[in-house]
Amino acid sequence: MIQLPKDILGLKELSAEQIQHILDTAVVCKDIFKRDLKKIPTLRGKTVVTLFFEPSTRTRTSFEIAGKWMSADVVNLTVSSSSVAKGESFVDTGRTLEAMGVDVIIIRHSLAGTPKLLADTVSAHVINAGDGAHEHPTQGLLDLYTIREKMGRIAGLKVAIVGDILHSRVAKSNIYGLLKMGAEVTVVGPPTLMPRGIEQLGVRVEHSLDAVLNQVDVVNILRIQLERQQRGYFPTKKEYSKLFGVNMERLSKAGNDVLIMHPGPANLGVEIAEEVSVHPQSVITEQVTNGVAVRMALLYLLTGGGSKDEILH
Amino acid sequence: MLDVIKAQVMDEDNIRRALYRLSHEITERNKGTSDLVLIGIRTRGVPLANRLAAFIKQHEGVEIPVGMLDITFYRDDLSLISPQPVLHRTEIPFNITNQKIVLVDDVLFTGRTVRAALGALMDLGRPSQIQLAVLIDRGHRELPIRADYVGKNLPTSRKEIVHVRLAEIDGEDRVVITETENESD
Repeated sequence: MIQLPKDILGLKELSAEQIQHILDTAVVCKDIFKRDLKKIPTLRGKTVVTLFFEPSTRTRTSFEIAGKWMSADVVNLTVSSSSVAKGESFVDTGRTLEAMGVDVIIIRHSLAGTPKLLADTVSAHVINAGDGAHEHPTQGLLDLYTIREKMGRIAGLKVAIVGDILHSRVAKSNIYGLLKMGAEVTVVGPPTLMPRGIEQLGVRVEHSLDAVLNQVDVVNILRIQLERQQRGYFPTKKEYSKLFGVNMERLSKAGNDVLIMHPGPANLGVEIAEEVSVHPQSVITEQVTNGVAVRMALLYLLTGGGSKDEILH
Repeated sequence: MLDVIKAQVMDEDNIRRALYRLSHEITERNKGTSDLVLIGIRTRGVPLANRLAAFIKQHEGVEIPVGMLDITFYRDDLSLISPQPVLHRTEIPFNITNQKIVLVDDVLFTGRTVRAALGALMDLGRPSQIQLAVLIDRGHRELPIRADYVGKNLPTSRKEIVHVRLAEIDGEDRVVITETENESD
């Protein structure tokens, strides 16, 4: 019997069995996409709140769709329209939501550790939708799901994560998840965007994309966070693109089976060329679809617990 | 789980004969096989549906579509049970709208599984009819649901558990009764 923890704060805290169980559950949830009537009554009477302190379109929408397809009531709170702007403390906001009977709180915050603080305060389930440079577990799960679906397995695959590893919570969640599922991970990027000591997690560090491209099965390209580039982590976008951008020329060297991934939104022409983003080897839109399936699975498993195979006549 | 068997109520031959009879009843009632589909409720309704389809093919010469339905998303007790049941896939690779569906399950008891299955099917399309075939009807209904085709009526007490064991899943064909301390539900 596999049970999930109360909260999903990061993939670091999940076991390989728990991750597997979430992915297996998401396979069933993804079938809902094929239906004309995309609604199941499973979470009727449950309330899900998305509490976003950072802008997001796809993650918030993805959670909202996941909840609504399962018949939960989904309430979206954005900071500018909430009491947080009036000075209500963050923990108070959590308590207030709980007093309103909320079952699941999905939180995104620019400070790492905020979801943990909330999870320790409220008895509602908390899902981390991205906290600072810490983790983005649902993105990690949907990336694992996509790799497993496309390649048939995760164990034994060689995966390159390319770009701004330093600021990327997507990279962290991917590293934890991929290593637990038995993949080999290489992180690639300029030294200025590589966190010191990252190899201690069990990954290989490379500074040349061309040196690894023909050795990997999957290339997960991170978004260059242009808003963070005022501090001069690299000289120009053009130079970054020249050294680390995945264009058609690089794709052709990488081999015909390489899976191209990007968590979005992409800076087309910087870290990924537009032709690559829409290439048949790119699974970027599949990732978005799988994001809904994985989030449905998490909502289902969290609000009920873990798993038990029992029969009802 | 099966170490304290109270009684065996069907063996391999009994099951085969019951299903053979049901396969005839189904085609008789539906005047043939046109627009007829079988949908087994996971887990043990699925092999039963496949066997019924094989018998129908034998005597009608027609292969009718068989699907499998997982009702977990539609259960009415999800908020009462924790942890939650494992999900399995629903695989119905044909359009059920305007079809005559025969829903197949191993045991009919409270009727709640069938209620959930009806909800699930309605979300997948608009069948012209839904009929119900079960191998065992053990009584104790909690909802106004009845079976159209019954392999065997089996009066039971609520403390008893009916186990349908099928070769495809359990490696043997038989139906046995065990007893628990608590009332089953």
